[in-house]
Formats: sequence, C-alpha cells, structure tokens
Amino acid sequence: MALVLNEDEVMMRDMAQGFFAEKAPVKALRVLRDTQDETGFDRALWADMAGMGFAGIVVPEEHGGVDMGYLAAGLVAEQMGRNLTASPFLSTAILAATALKHGTDEQKSEWLPKIASGKAVIALALDEGVKHNPRGTATTAEPSGNGFKLNGSKAMVVDGHVADVMIVAARTSGEAGDAEGISLFLVDPKSKGVATERTIMVDSRNAARIDLDDVEVSGDALIGTLDGGMAVLDAVLTAGRGIAAAELLGAGAQAFEDTVAYIKERKQFGQIIGEFQALQHRSSHLYSELEIARSAVIGALTALDEGDEKASAYCAMAKAKLGSVAKLASQEGVQMHGGVGMTDEYDIGLFMKRIRVLQELMGDAHYHMNEFAVANEF
Amino acid sequence: MSDLDTFRMEARTWLEANCPAEMRTAETSDKDACWGGRNFKFKSEAQKVWLERMVAQGWTVPTWPKEYGGAGLSRKEEIVLLQEMKRINARNPLSSFGIWMLGPALLKFGNEEQKAEHLPPIARGEIRWCQGYSEPGAGSDLASLKTKAEDMGDHYIVNGQKVWTSYADEADWIFCLVRTDNTGKKHHGISFVLFDMASEGVEARPIKLISGRSPFCETFLTDVKVLKKNLLGEEHKGWSIAKYLLTHEREMIGGGNEAARPLHELAAGSLGLEDGKLADPMLRAKIAEAEIDEWAFNLTMKRKLAEAKAGASLGADSSMLKYYGTELNKRKYELMMDATGHEGLEWESDRSNDGKMARSWLRTKGNSIEGGTSEVQLNIISKHILQLPGA
Repeated sequence: MALVLNEDEVMMRDMAQGFFAEKAPVKALRVLRDTQDETGFDRALWADMAGMGFAGIVVPEEHGGVDMGYLAAGLVAEQMGRNLTASPFLSTAILAATALKHGTDEQKSEWLPKIASGKAVIALALDEGVKHNPRGTATTAEPSGNGFKLNGSKAMVVDGHVADVMIVAARTSGEAGDAEGISLFLVDPKSKGVATERTIMVDSRNAARIDLDDVEVSGDALIGTLDGGMAVLDAVLTAGRGIAAAELLGAGAQAFEDTVAYIKERKQFGQIIGEFQALQHRSSHLYSELEIARSAVIGALTALDEGDEKASAYCAMAKAKLGSVAKLASQEGVQMHGGVGMTDEYDIGLFMKRIRVLQELMGDAHYHMNEFAVANEF
Repeated sequence: MSDLDTFRMEARTWLEANCPAEMRTAETSDKDACWGGRNFKFKSEAQKVWLERMVAQGWTVPTWPKEYGGAGLSRKEEIVLLQEMKRINARNPLSSFGIWMLGPALLKFGNEEQKAEHLPPIARGEIRWCQGYSEPGAGSDLASLKTKAEDMGDHYIVNGQKVWTSYADEADWIFCLVRTDNTGKKHHGISFVLFDMASEGVEARPIKLISGRSPFCETFLTDVKVLKKNLLGEEHKGWSIAKYLLTHEREMIGGGNEAARPLHELAAGSLGLEDGKLADPMLRAKIAEAEIDEWAFNLTMKRKLAEAKAGASLGADSSMLKYYGTELNKRKYELMMDATGHEGLEWESDRSNDGKMARSWLRTKGNSIEGGTSEVQLNIISKHILQLPGA
C-alpha cells in the first residue's frame, strides 16, 4: 500500500487547494449564512466543481465521470474542509454516486451523467432517530400496485430540501434492528405525500426532515436487490465515512494551523503567548494526533481504491479517529484563541461547528468504536 | 519472477534448512535473547548454532557491506528476510546495541580503520556495546554533560560518571559522550569516544528498578585512558553524532515493544464475553479506541518511512513518532493490567511467568523517559516543526 501521494495525486491536491481557496473560502460560507441563501450552497460553484471533474470524481468514464477514485476524492474533500466549502459534494458526488453504481443500467445511464455534470443534486435519506443507526430503519415500503408505498420520517437528510431526487432507505421486511430487509428507493421529492422541512444546522449547512406519507414509487425505483439494501448501504457509508474523515482532516488541520498562527502573534504579560510551554506542548500533541489521523485517512481510502476486503472497517476506523482528533483540534483552537475564539468574527468557531456536524454524520466515534469491537468479536 | 521473489525463495529455503527447531518458538522472557559478547553464556546449543549460521550468511546485519560482516542486502531484501524469519517464527539471532545504534553511526562517521576494527566483531556478536550518554546532571538536557576528557597528546584521560547505561555490567565496550572543551556553547565541545569496559578505572554498578529488574547501571570513570584513534568523527563535534544516534534510538523505542497478541483477545480471554461483548463495557470502549489508534500509528510509521525513502527527511518527525508510540504503549499496558486484574499483579509465580505482565507494565513507564522524555519530544516539535517562539 502506497501511503505517499503519487504525482497525479499531488497534482489533484494542489489543483483543489488553489480552486477552493480562490472560489469558496470561509468567507463564502459567511455570505451564504448571512444572506440566508435559499439553496444553501452556490450553484455556480457547483457547476465549476463539475467542470473541474470533482462532481464526477468517482463516476465511471462511460457515464461522463473522471473515475479517479476515493483517495483523490478525499484530497478534494480535505481542501473543502480547510475552506468550510458548502457544496453537494458529499451528498451527491460521493453518497449518491456510490449508491447508483449499484443500480440498474437504466438508473446508471439516467443519473450518473447528471451527477458528473453537476446537473442533479441527490440526497440520501437514511437516518431517522437522534443518532446514526442504519439497522434501526423503521420507515416502511409496502408492495402497492406494480410498485411500493412508503411511510415514515427521515432526519438529517443532507441537501434534502434542494434534491432533484432522493435515495430513501425503507424496510421491506423484518423489523427495526435487523440488518436484512432494508431496500433502497429513488424517490422524487415532488411526489404526493412527501413533506420537506429544511433544517439549517449549527454549521450553517443544509439538512432536512422528510416525512413520507403513502408515497407511491414504481418497481423500477428499487436500487440493488429487494431486502438486500444493506449491502449497497455498506458500500455507500464506507465511502461516505472515508470522505467525511478526509473533510474532518482538512477542517481539523486548518483549525490547528490558524491556532498556531494566532499564538505566534497574540501578546499577553509582555510576551508572545506561543512562548508559553503550556501552549507549546498542547500544540505539539495536536500536531502528532493530526499526523496519525492523516495516515488513517490515506490508509483507509487507499484500501477502498484497492478493493481491500477490510476497507469498510478501515473507513469506519478512520471516521472514529478523525471525529476525535478534529474535535480536539477545534476545542483546543477555541481555548487557545481565548476571548476572540468565542466571537463570530474569528473563523475558529465556524470550524468547531462544522466539525461537530461531521462527527455526527454517518456515525460518531462511539458508534464506530462499538462497531469495531463487534467486528472483532469483543 | 522478480529478483525480490527469487531472493524470497532462497531465503525461505535457507531458513527452513538452517534455523533450529528450538529457535522457532517465541521468547518467553528477555533472558532468552542472545546478546553476544565476551561474557555471554549461550542458553542452548541451538542458540549458538543459530547465531553462527546467521553470522556466516551476513544476516545478523543484512544491509551492512560484506567486508564488515554484512550481506550487502538492499532495504527491500532485508524486509523480505525479516518477513521470512517471521513466517517460521524465527528468533532474532542477535540483540545488540552495536547493531541498532553504534553500527549506523560508525558506517556514517567512522574512518576506514575504525570500521574495519569495530564493525565485524559487532556483526559476529563477539563484542557487546553499551551507550554512555546520560549523567546524573544531564538527562533530558543531555548537552550539559560534564564527564571530562583531558587531552594528553596521543590519548585522553576521562573522568566522570554516566548513568542509565544499559547493560554496562555485561558490555565489553562503550560508546561514550565526553566533554573535550567547556569554553563555548554547551553543544560544542562534546566528543564521541569508544573504549573497552575492561580498561582500568571503569566501574559499573546495576540500578534496581521498580520492575525488580536491573537493565541499567551507573558507570564511574576514574582516570580512564582512551587512545585518540578511538575518537569517532571530529573532536568537539560529537553532538551531531549523538543526535543522529538518538534519532535511531527514538524510532526503535517508538516502534518496538508491540505486544504479540491483540489487546482485545487478551481481555476477552481474561474477562470473558457477555452476549458476545466484553464483560466490562467501559474497558471495551477504551480497548477499541486504543486499537484504532495503534492501527493509525502503525500506518504513520509506514508512511513516514516511505516519505523518508522518497527523499523527504524524517527530521523532527522522529520525535513525533517517539512521543506518540511510547505514550500509546503505556496506554496499552495500563489497559492490559486492567484486563488481567488480580492475575496481572502476580509477581513471582510460574503461572505468571515470574510476573511477566506486571514487570512489562512497569518497564513501559520508562519508554517516555528514555531516549528523551515525552516533554523533550514535544519541545522539539514546538521548535522545529511548529516554529513557536522561544521553544
């Protein structure tokens, strides 16, 4: 396993670095927030990202993508994390694209090119309760006519209020808690019975609650096999966790670098506060944690690209590690900034907010530590 | 088949034919290791034969040049050899500070005469070395060392005291930092010298540790004569050699000491499972966390080595690896003690293999002190990587 970036990957990283720093820096998120933007991201930016190949980064070339793999996607996500860039990259380019790669030929031909070209935003409607718990899916899909009828409520549906189509996880057999019996359906948000409530989150980014009341879908809306949705979900969540970990790495690293820069300038007691060993040691500890965390991200995403059978476990482990490390970076960041760390003017608080949301998405550190123990039979 | 595959097959065949059966079992205690040297008594005929055969192959120091007792293998071939040894569970034929620490410094800084004199006996396990660095007043602040070497023309007269000298009571020679000049800055005026522990005026006294073991000594030096041909590198400029060597030591301490069995297996065996989960749910979470950290740390070791091989200098990141690795190791052993409960506390019994768990646990406390404390590593990161003022 190569843990050092090759030439193509370095080029991808540098390109993404320049792109996001110029087109979608932190202040762009502030504008979206302060103008109460209805979309929650900049559609022109998303079109530009598609032009750069970012939207189709894991879409096969035959469907209009650049198919560079998940490590490359992680390098893009890392830069988005550094700039707190709002975009449908996670929902559409990663989660939906990965799900649809498991779809029928018709589904692939219809949706993958639209993802790659930036013409469709697609949301994954999975979670229901207060915590991530795929097996706990209780939303039902009952046979109806030549299709299904969906009932239930979804929460934390990222980009749900602007989605052109949703991928909904619903139970077609068994009961909440079973891994088997879940199926995935493409649902048009404009269908009768779909009620969408936008829920702007603490990070000023998109999410929605979706209520499904006797929503009819046709039989060809099914992605993957009936009752076998968990296999597809595993692939989708593996990719999502790996990419969320990469975004956490970017956000955590930037929060850390901003903090180190700050303590090199701030003076108290007649001296630069960065001279105090109390702050130096905490900074050096954080540096170490971030280096360890970077290896976890690169290792997990490389394993995913190489088809390693443990990739799913590694991406979950990386998500657990990055959740903890990025949280530490943001908490220490605010503390070391002192009073100004509590103000809206400084960016460090925005990093803390985004990191909190990313920690929660697709399972927090506790969730993945438990899953790790279960997988290792202890 | 690539050259590397060919080498793998050759190594495999040779090891199968030449590694004695008794040398294919895990070492049960650190007393099973072969340290070589003039005073070493082999524990078995197999141990002796295994060393002799590996020496003849040049495989105690696989990457050293052949003229110094090595096999001239590439780094990749060495990795293959180690993998093949691990495959049959072969023991390390020779544990040696000469191999791990002095050897690399001799290869880099030694003159031809010094290399020819000292490297082959290290490779053959004939001379055992110890390291004379720390002093009672110079631990973390190593550069403030005071052991004095007075210039007497063709030789030095050395006076002073060293401490934490690993196995000084069993070693044949010592590589030692001495002060040859105290007029300038403290990093200047340090010289790196080699001398025989049997020299007149050398006395080593073991220090008993909390683990009950005594791997370290205090070493007293009174009017010890050291010939100038045994000065490594330039006079007064031994600090750069010491730093080079410490980097090697840090990588070793940071990376080594892995427990053979995963922590969760040990805990499951000790505490049992309830509904498939470790009976202690709080400990279960901490073990999961530590094992995820260990995975990420091992990846980091690999990544940093790969980066170093690709041309980037490891530099102060060796401090990061040392800091993180030793703190993680301490954490793991605390969790092992939690998992083994009353049994882990046994100090003297066959069942506990003479208190192996408790003694190992206590030993790890030194990991974050020796080779530069964790606090010193954090200072180095602050200064050289983060470039914080005043660090």
